[in-house]
Amino acid sequence: MLLAQLENLDVVTLSRWQFALTIMFHYLFPPLTIGMGVVLVYLEAMYLKSGDLLFKQAAKFWTGIFAVNFAIGVATGIVMEFEFGTNWATYSRFVGDVFGSALAAEGIFAFFLESGFLAILVFGWDRVGPKLHFFAACMVALGSIFSSVWIVIANSWQQTPAGHQIVQMTRDGVPWVVDGQPVMRAEIYDFWAMVFNPSTVQRLIHVWIGCFIVGAAMVMSISAWYLLRGKHQDFARRSLTGGLWLGFLACVAALASGHFQAKNVYRTQPAKLAAFEAHYETGPAAMTLLGVPNDQSESVDFAIAVPGGLSLLLHEDPNAEVIGLDRFRPEDRPPVLPSFVSYHLMIGFGSALLLLYGISVVWLFRGKLFANRWLLWLLVFSIVPATIANHSGWVAAEVGRQPFVVYPPLLTDASGGRMIDDQGHFAFDESQGLRTANAVSRSVEGSEVLASIVMFGLVYVALFFVWISVLHHKIQKGPEPVGLRKSPENETGFIEAATAISRHEEGLMGDRDEDAEDEAGRSVEQQDSGEAR
Amino acid sequence: MMTWDLHIIWYILLAVLLAGYAVLDGFDLGVGILHLGLRTDQERRLGISSIGPVWDGNEVWLVTFGGALFAAFPEAYATIFSAFYLPFMGLLVCLIMRAVSIEFRSKFHFGWWRGFWDFGFFASSLVATLLYGVAIGNGMRGLPLDERGEYVGGLWNLLNGYSLLTGILAVTMFGLHGSLYLQLKTEDKLQARVRNWSWWWYGSFAIAYAATTAATGWLHPQSLENFRAAPWAFGIAAINFAAVAMIPWSSKSGKIGRAFVLSCVNIACLVALWFVSLFPDLVTSREPTVASLTIYNAASSDTTLQIMLWIAILGMPMVIAYTAVVYWTFRGKVENLY
Repeated sequence: MLLAQLENLDVVTLSRWQFALTIMFHYLFPPLTIGMGVVLVYLEAMYLKSGDLLFKQAAKFWTGIFAVNFAIGVATGIVMEFEFGTNWATYSRFVGDVFGSALAAEGIFAFFLESGFLAILVFGWDRVGPKLHFFAACMVALGSIFSSVWIVIANSWQQTPAGHQIVQMTRDGVPWVVDGQPVMRAEIYDFWAMVFNPSTVQRLIHVWIGCFIVGAAMVMSISAWYLLRGKHQDFARRSLTGGLWLGFLACVAALASGHFQAKNVYRTQPAKLAAFEAHYETGPAAMTLLGVPNDQSESVDFAIAVPGGLSLLLHEDPNAEVIGLDRFRPEDRPPVLPSFVSYHLMIGFGSALLLLYGISVVWLFRGKLFANRWLLWLLVFSIVPATIANHSGWVAAEVGRQPFVVYPPLLTDASGGRMIDDQGHFAFDESQGLRTANAVSRSVEGSEVLASIVMFGLVYVALFFVWISVLHHKIQKGPEPVGLRKSPENETGFIEAATAISRHEEGLMGDRDEDAEDEAGRSVEQQDSGEAR
Repeated sequence: MMTWDLHIIWYILLAVLLAGYAVLDGFDLGVGILHLGLRTDQERRLGISSIGPVWDGNEVWLVTFGGALFAAFPEAYATIFSAFYLPFMGLLVCLIMRAVSIEFRSKFHFGWWRGFWDFGFFASSLVATLLYGVAIGNGMRGLPLDERGEYVGGLWNLLNGYSLLTGILAVTMFGLHGSLYLQLKTEDKLQARVRNWSWWWYGSFAIAYAATTAATGWLHPQSLENFRAAPWAFGIAAINFAAVAMIPWSSKSGKIGRAFVLSCVNIACLVALWFVSLFPDLVTSREPTVASLTIYNAASSDTTLQIMLWIAILGMPMVIAYTAVVYWTFRGKVENLY
């Protein structure tokens, strides 16, 4: 019976769930690599400048953690590129001319850069000089940032399309009509207007800040753990201090960038901001801190709110009018509950992190941070709210865009004012956008999507545990002790020796088996007996 | 003859990207297919080490091929990817499995852990290669399309004899390619053993190659029409045949490097021949009454093709430079550390 019920689920719902599942799992990793890439560049720069082996040790350790995340990020990222075609073929036909070029640019500018130089970063310690190694770190960090640039451009174009026009496709020079319907699609006419569409820059900045918070939280989490366990103290203090500054400044910046972004969302997608704030009725708007939106009564139950707060933030005037959901036809509104919850989760966890990192900075100045066990414990776990804040921010952005996948503009009259129909609703110019419900593949069946969701579900749950256990193992192992290796000045004399024993062992993560030495004897025996057989 | 335009340039660029992918990822998929033939843990580590620094970059060629297809010919991208829904989902699982097997195998010492990833690496490499071959075979065969260019065939239509044959061709080709690569990277006894496998793979490939060539001429004679119009394409076929014929020769005289290069030429030529046969179709319609998706009716606007060309002109030299730097840095034999 359950199965029969599931079979009734349509391709649209299933494809949305699948995309949500796969993108959210994938997005565990890119913020870590983008955020930690900056940390690696800093550490390598300091090592190059000072020759202090502690920096090299730290760079090596964090490179190992970075590579674990990178590997899964790559593997789960390919899924995303495929899904545009497999599940959202109609969308791909509609936007390919615009969206495809951003995706292709990502491949050619970002992925090659990252994957190529990551090999040198991970395996190249003994193969290339410290300057080239530093260069590789810069290129990997740059690659991961480029990648976010193109993806955010593509996504922002869906939110606030620009630089394109909707045209009818032609076949053999004749306008193409199938079943009496003209076949339309978006085509670029101004590439730079598409790239710098009205939301790209602000969203990109906000995404980067979110990534820096996650990267910093990861560094703090592991360092605070070492301090609590009394291990690798020097290393952990340094890493924690660096991570804390990055995290604290990023949180402050997130607050500022979030404010400007909310204003921009209100300007370009007022229905979305109204859903974020569950602001049903046009008029002065409160800022709801907590509550449960109720679509029936069109109000927020159990609300704790700052009266006039939203009006004040948007218009610097607590009595100013803010467009509410009542200005939109019910079928044009985003679902309010998930938009509201995800938006408030982002802000709530973001503010909590700002508070935590702020207090930690004060304790750092007082010289008491490293001894404050409860603060350190909070820092260990701050990676969780940091990740949730990032994810829920994206959920808010994507759910708030519904029911459209390419957001159409509101119709305006000759003077640029928004047109209102006889029921007092703003009207979307639907010919310029695409509804999510019309975007899926027509040749794919619900049962097929259900099968792939189950498959991804199983694979990703397994992958998650594998990832956690490998990460745990690497953290337990800790950084290599300092002093076994030479500083760069001395190293030049050892180049021959170093290359002779160059080790690029197994895969991109580059940490070799620490038990390998103990095993040496055994594996030789194994090999001999293998040969004898 | 057709005029030289943006559509043709993009068709050629796609061929270059796919050939680049097949040549590069081909050897690491091949190393995966051979993986269980490596006996001891230490040998298996060497096998994985030989592709460790490069497999990821190799896979980016596929990602970029997909992105370029999406951008240049979105109608074809949408039709192909939704037509192959379940096979491509299987392919994605294989690609994830491969990445994770390569990266995580060495993390713990338990026998079951390593055994699991060893098998995972082998099976995912094998199935991924088979699926590529099946997709290529279906491309040659054509797909049933409706008037909107949507696939209307269902899953079983994709699993036909001809496509399974091209699947086997792909497996033998990458098995051979991987065995030659592994010979380049190993020494002594292991190298000698891999060399014995090469012969076996070469034999299987030669049989599959002959069978596929015959089956293509027999079942899909339309694929030969372009050769009549463009006789220079016979040159590619001749180079292809010569490369295949010379592999055992080079291998016998111990010139493994040359044998590997010949194998690269073989793969690149086969991809090129496939593109020549399909031209100007991207997805050939099996119904004569329904139009195929061609490089003209499935393409993006000329503005986009032009923009993309600038991106490619800017990007490709950089890509080739990084690839060269990485392969140069990790040249030579994989050292035995244990």
